[in-house]
Amino acid sequence: MTFIAKPRIDLPSDRLNDIGLRRRDYEGVLSTLCAGCGHDSITAAIVQAFWEMSIAPEKVAKLSGIGCSSKTPAYFISGAHGFNSVHGRMPSVATGAMAGNRDMVAIAVSGDGDSLSIGFGQFGHVVRRNLNLLYIIENNGVYGLTKGQFSASADVGSRAKKGAENRWQNIDPVATAISLGGSFVARGFSGDRDQLVPLIKAGVRHRGCAVIDVVSPCVTFNDHEGSTKSYAYTREHKHEAVKLDFVPPAEEISAQFDPGEAKAVTLHDGSRVMLRRTEDSYDPSDRSRALQYLETARSRGEVVTGLMYMNEDLPEMHDLFGTTARPLTDIPYEELSPGSEALRKLQAKMR
Amino acid sequence: MTTERINDFVLKIGTVNGTGSASANGMLMKALFRMGIPVTGKNMFPSNIQGLPTWYEIRANRDGYMAREARVDVMVAMNAQTYAKDLAEVAPGGFFIYDSTWPRESQLERDDITVLGVPLARMCNEHFDKARVRILMKNIAYVGVLSALLGIDRAVLKQLLEETFASKPKLVDSNLEAINLGYEYATANFTCPLPVRAEPMGDNAGHILIDGNSAAALGCVYAGATVGAWYPITPSTSLMDGFERYCKMFRRTEDGQNNFCIIQAEDELAAAGMVLGANWMGARAFTPTSGPGISLMSEFIGFAYYAEIPSVFFNIQRVGPSTGMPTRTQQCDVTMCAYASHGDTRHPLLFPADPRECFEMAVNAFDLAERLQTPVFVLSDLDIGMNDWMIPELEWNDTWRPDRGKVLHSAELDEIQKFHRYLDTDGDGITARTYPGEDARGAYFVRGSGHNRYGGYTEDAAEYQDVVDRLLVKWETAKSLVPQPVLREAPEPTRLGVIAYGSSDGAVNEALDRLAESDIHLDYLRVKAFPFNDHVEAFLEAHDTVFVVEQNRDAQLRSLLLTETETGRRDLLVPLLHYNGMPIPSDCVIKAVTEFCAGKEVAA
Ligand SMILES: Cc1ncc(C[n+]2csc(CCOP(=O)(O)OP(=O)(O)O)c2C)c(N)n1
Ligand code: SF4
Ligand SMILES: [Mg+2]
Repeated sequence: MTFIAKPRIDLPSDRLNDIGLRRRDYEGVLSTLCAGCGHDSITAAIVQAFWEMSIAPEKVAKLSGIGCSSKTPAYFISGAHGFNSVHGRMPSVATGAMAGNRDMVAIAVSGDGDSLSIGFGQFGHVVRRNLNLLYIIENNGVYGLTKGQFSASADVGSRAKKGAENRWQNIDPVATAISLGGSFVARGFSGDRDQLVPLIKAGVRHRGCAVIDVVSPCVTFNDHEGSTKSYAYTREHKHEAVKLDFVPPAEEISAQFDPGEAKAVTLHDGSRVMLRRTEDSYDPSDRSRALQYLETARSRGEVVTGLMYMNEDLPEMHDLFGTTARPLTDIPYEELSPGSEALRKLQAKMR
Repeated sequence: MTTERINDFVLKIGTVNGTGSASANGMLMKALFRMGIPVTGKNMFPSNIQGLPTWYEIRANRDGYMAREARVDVMVAMNAQTYAKDLAEVAPGGFFIYDSTWPRESQLERDDITVLGVPLARMCNEHFDKARVRILMKNIAYVGVLSALLGIDRAVLKQLLEETFASKPKLVDSNLEAINLGYEYATANFTCPLPVRAEPMGDNAGHILIDGNSAAALGCVYAGATVGAWYPITPSTSLMDGFERYCKMFRRTEDGQNNFCIIQAEDELAAAGMVLGANWMGARAFTPTSGPGISLMSEFIGFAYYAEIPSVFFNIQRVGPSTGMPTRTQQCDVTMCAYASHGDTRHPLLFPADPRECFEMAVNAFDLAERLQTPVFVLSDLDIGMNDWMIPELEWNDTWRPDRGKVLHSAELDEIQKFHRYLDTDGDGITARTYPGEDARGAYFVRGSGHNRYGGYTEDAAEYQDVVDRLLVKWETAKSLVPQPVLREAPEPTRLGVIAYGSSDGAVNEALDRLAESDIHLDYLRVKAFPFNDHVEAFLEAHDTVFVVEQNRDAQLRSLLLTETETGRRDLLVPLLHYNGMPIPSDCVIKAVTEFCAGKEVAA
């Protein structure tokens, strides 16, 4: 076997979660990404979030396309089934998977090339179907795996390592997802785990398609001066518009939230997200203002982060289809077959 | 002079599409069927919604021959645009019926046929008020004319109308009026019935009329498919329409929820991805498409082959290359489907010959896909899929249960030390899988990149090769699982053979009967699936000349036979091809075989 088994170290700090699992139970095989790659930090945030939420690994479906980012599902929750699909087409696989078994907790990981270049179509359609899915785009502005070509998310004027300047308009997955009717759209930064972990938790519990665009620097091909997706640039221009805290169903909302400045939104499973605006003008339930805000920030060269838009009331795919609440995979054949008598009756009309 | 043709004729109706002639034509089909006469109906329609010529061809044949006959005995020409072409098509001694509201005697000159003018438009204009009703009733009126000329029982027509419009009795009356208008005009002006005519000969008990796409859709329902993903494309669209129709009939819970999920994807790439995702979860999922769709799905098809994900693809073939002729038929995607996708890939193909086999093979395709954990193609075509066929009633055995293949659940996982996704423990090349959502011990990572027998990522030469070689073992296993070919032996020993598949079957069977009358005998092997097995090898071995009948230009099945069997005798396999987009008629086979035999004699 050539994949690298991860040494298991029991840290005293690795306590058991509510279903008796440790943090390391949510890890996967050892990452083979470049040291310092932003994607690995996102993996760590995912591990943290799923462990804290006590989600049973076998109930998780991990999906991805192709790219350095899309390799990462192998690096978390080894007890979950994973599907590393083809380049840019992960959303369709996720759609079929959730059509078959709607009880799964689906987490999808993609890259900016995977979702905004080759897979822009499928990305758009999974958002508009509002599939119940957490969709993380690990956004580094380049194709890491094919050695640093610009992707569709590269900003105008951003410079490649060898100096070439990107002239093409960039696609912002956040603005795109909001305009396509996305029901949960956020942006994070791989270097800010405190912000990312609650975003992931809320995204998992949100009933519908939760898109989180995570700026995730590629240390090998896009972390130099002149790049707008580097650690330095992102730290400097990052602006958190709405701070989100995640409160699990049974937990009390702590006193740290001043009801005047925090707004609580209850999710379908009873958990709540507390949203705190960092400035007065922002309201994450107003779609047109969200888009306007993003545009203004963009013109100022700011990287806006936080939960940009959320609508808990939008129906997800199965609501719209009227699919039975039971996963289709659980229905015994006896209930699926109409039987010979029905066939006979039906054919009487074909004479 | 017209010889009598009783229960053996071709009736062709030329109309303009979008004028509502389909129900009139369907009624004629059903009436003949109920008189006990074997019938088939073929639609020749344009790739257009309104205003272009369209034809419906009914072959009534007391001997039960179902292939298209390249002969027209009675032409009903309702479209002045195509009069010249339609007139030319009528066989000597035949009849040409047209709307003489606008007389065209001078144009319709042929002294070897009989031209019958009926002022259909005028009669309907005088009789009905609304413009749309007049157009529709003109169609029904020609049904009346034909009932007089061909001897079709008006009581049967009435019965059909009553069934169709059970909830709208008023429509029965107006339709009957139109039928009577036509009927009375014909009896008053022509000698009825014609020498070409129908006579009751039974009730076709145990038979139904159905198109292949509806039958395949039913097969998917009975196979237990729950997820269908698709992107509309002629001629496959009616398969998903059918699946939805039957699911709404049979798969709704008491509180109106769906025990199925049909997703109209954004394109065929997505449809294929959805099918893979659902099958990975353990649902039975499929997609119906046609050639262009398979081209787009190819990347995922290779993925499913290598990652071993069961999946069912219906390819209702139409004329290629490229957009080709979307409303015409061919068997032109055999090679593409056999090897779809890059790298060393190959896939089982099933070739239904009629709607009954569409039903049976749809069911079988899901079993094979799950047993073999691989994509399986049902290669139907427009002729089977969209035309109306008379077939023996579909049967269902209530004890049947799906073969889900090798799947390990928690109980089985308890029994083993560790689960390895691609480890062959049985030696048949098939490894066990698990369903997501059940047990963390069964978790594995599906990937299209290099993997070893344990399911881990690999770039190791030996580990890679180990897995692709095992896939060949699985391919060998497939040979014994796919449907066996059907052998029709000639009444006397012969070194001549014919191989055909799918919708060419009817033409071949009819040709063999007629050739036997001229003392030319051939053994016939109908191939029902790829990969080929020993039966095919033995058949090739036992003959000196084997015609390979198919509806494509490049003799695709013949190439497949040459590369995928041991024979190597190129001269053994004689291509017999028909690829103009119309269903193959038996004449084509008779002519080619006769000429070949005559040539042989001359040479000898
Ligand atoms: C059909 C196809 N075309 C091209 C490729 C080559 N390819 C692999 S990864 C990749 C780009 C990935 O970029 P991104 O999604 O941004 O991931 P990153 O590596 O940056 O995380 C490309 C073009 C492929 N695998 N498949
Ligand atoms: S190339 Fe870039 S994206 Fe890929 S692993 Fe290295 S740092 Fe990460
Ligand atoms: Mg990238």
